Amino acid sequence: MVDLQHELIRILRKDCRVPLEQLAIMTGKDVNEVAEALQQLEDDKIILRYVPIINWDKTDRSFVEAMIEVKVTPQREQGFDALASRLYHFNEVKGLYLMSGEYDLLLMVEAADLKSLALFVSEKLSTFDTVISTSTSFVLKRYKSEGVIFEQVETDDRLVVSP
Amino acid sequence: MSLDYSKYLNSKIVNVPKSGIRKFFDVASTIPGAISLGVGEPDFITPYHIRNEAIVSLVQGKTQYTSNSGNESLRKEIAYYMHSRFGAKYDPKTEIIVTIGASEAIDLALRVLVENGEDVLVPEPSYVSYSPNVVFAGGNPVPIVTDADNGFKLTAEQLEKAITPNTRAIIMPYPNNPTGAILSKKELEEIAKVIIKHDIIVISDEIYAELNYSDEPHIAVAAIDGMWERTITINGFSKAFAMTGWRIGYVCAPEPFLSQMLKIHQYTIMCASTQSQIAAEKALKTGRENNYEDVRLMKESYNQRRRIMVHGFKQIGFECFEPMGAFYIFPSIKKLGISSDEFCTELLKAKKVACVPGTAFGASGEGYIRCSYATSEEKLIKALELIGEFVNAL
Repeated sequence: MVDLQHELIRILRKDCRVPLEQLAIMTGKDVNEVAEALQQLEDDKIILRYVPIINWDKTDRSFVEAMIEVKVTPQREQGFDALASRLYHFNEVKGLYLMSGEYDLLLMVEAADLKSLALFVSEKLSTFDTVISTSTSFVLKRYKSEGVIFEQVETDDRLVVSP
Repeated sequence: MSLDYSKYLNSKIVNVPKSGIRKFFDVASTIPGAISLGVGEPDFITPYHIRNEAIVSLVQGKTQYTSNSGNESLRKEIAYYMHSRFGAKYDPKTEIIVTIGASEAIDLALRVLVENGEDVLVPEPSYVSYSPNVVFAGGNPVPIVTDADNGFKLTAEQLEKAITPNTRAIIMPYPNNPTGAILSKKELEEIAKVIIKHDIIVISDEIYAELNYSDEPHIAVAAIDGMWERTITINGFSKAFAMTGWRIGYVCAPEPFLSQMLKIHQYTIMCASTQSQIAAEKALKTGRENNYEDVRLMKESYNQRRRIMVHGFKQIGFECFEPMGAFYIFPSIKKLGISSDEFCTELLKAKKVACVPGTAFGASGEGYIRCSYATSEEKLIKALELIGEFVNAL
């Protein structure tokens, strides 16, 4: 079951729209067995959601994306988790990580425009007592995300027929 | 043209027919946008860490010759790999030569074994180069036809029947291109008894050794009892490490064979490309360190596609032996009543899907087509759909 789950994860990370029947063919298992393994992955909250990877540059959506490094005073008995659980509820926060190194929390933030983002930092993020400092860097261009290269043209340079 | 060129040319070479693959390539390459199931190489590109090792070596100016038989550090890695993965033990100092792909190794092996029309047995269908290489070396290729009913496996009985006093050697092409057949340890042991009894030599082409989808891992012919001393083992980096264009392979054999092969290699080749050797060594080192994780994941992906193909051809209604090795499937088109050549040509014209006629791999390939599944799942599924439409319209 665990081997099958790992194999399913590897397939779905490349394409999460592969139909159940095809997953069964590809792994050489029965459809029911695959369905059960997938259900287990979902029940165990290993697979949380099946979402697309979007190249926003090709859409008319306009927004700003930034990475905010946050230095924090850890709270007694709760470490960084208490603050994290407050922060990840903000809609602007799309990603939140506890980091090693110079700063403690890394936030990936999206906002409609520069002003909204500035307001998020000054009126939401900075107001927490435990936040010592923030440093914001804007994303200018996305080249690769979730293992997908955004502007790569797929070519097959192999000979059409070879021995 | 004023000269009669034929009188200057070696008739032995002139009489070898053009490769059937080449003929089909000439047709297929004129059709833009075709989905190709005709490709005999991985669709993975060489992993970055391997490519980078060659780049760094160029930056560092490592552009000199290596020793004739290849860098000793690479030969040591090959020795470790062959022993730990496939059970065949070789001395890196005297029993391994790094070659220009497995192709050169096949040529070397044949040239040291035959000279005056000795028979070399070639199980068919099999890789296009064996028989022509036997002829080039001065031998006489004798096909042993294997069939789908027996999973295209060579059997001890077939071998027993084929051996004559003129038989010098047999080429063992497993896992097999084009059929995907493999031989189990037990089957190899049966064949080995016949080989030993008749005192012939084996050239074992194990280039697809890593792509064995059965529960029993690949075992080298040389690792079977009594076979080491009479086996020339050929392998390379093209398939296991997606390094086709680097042209890097190797041959392992007892010193009396190897020292003769080395003479040809040193006088004709000098040494394999230095950058390719450096990259190949990195491939083996990394494999050793991470328990061949890249190879395992690549094999898993091929296995998934293999199952898509087996299922797809069954849906189309083709009889298809389940391939357990390499990355080819070899379904029968006999029930359609047209030749392999006609099927592939018409399929290409009508649906822009390129497969290779089975006849490219010997006359016994008539009635079969070779489809490579070293292509993305999306393309395979589309190609299967198009083949299905083509067959229904016949």
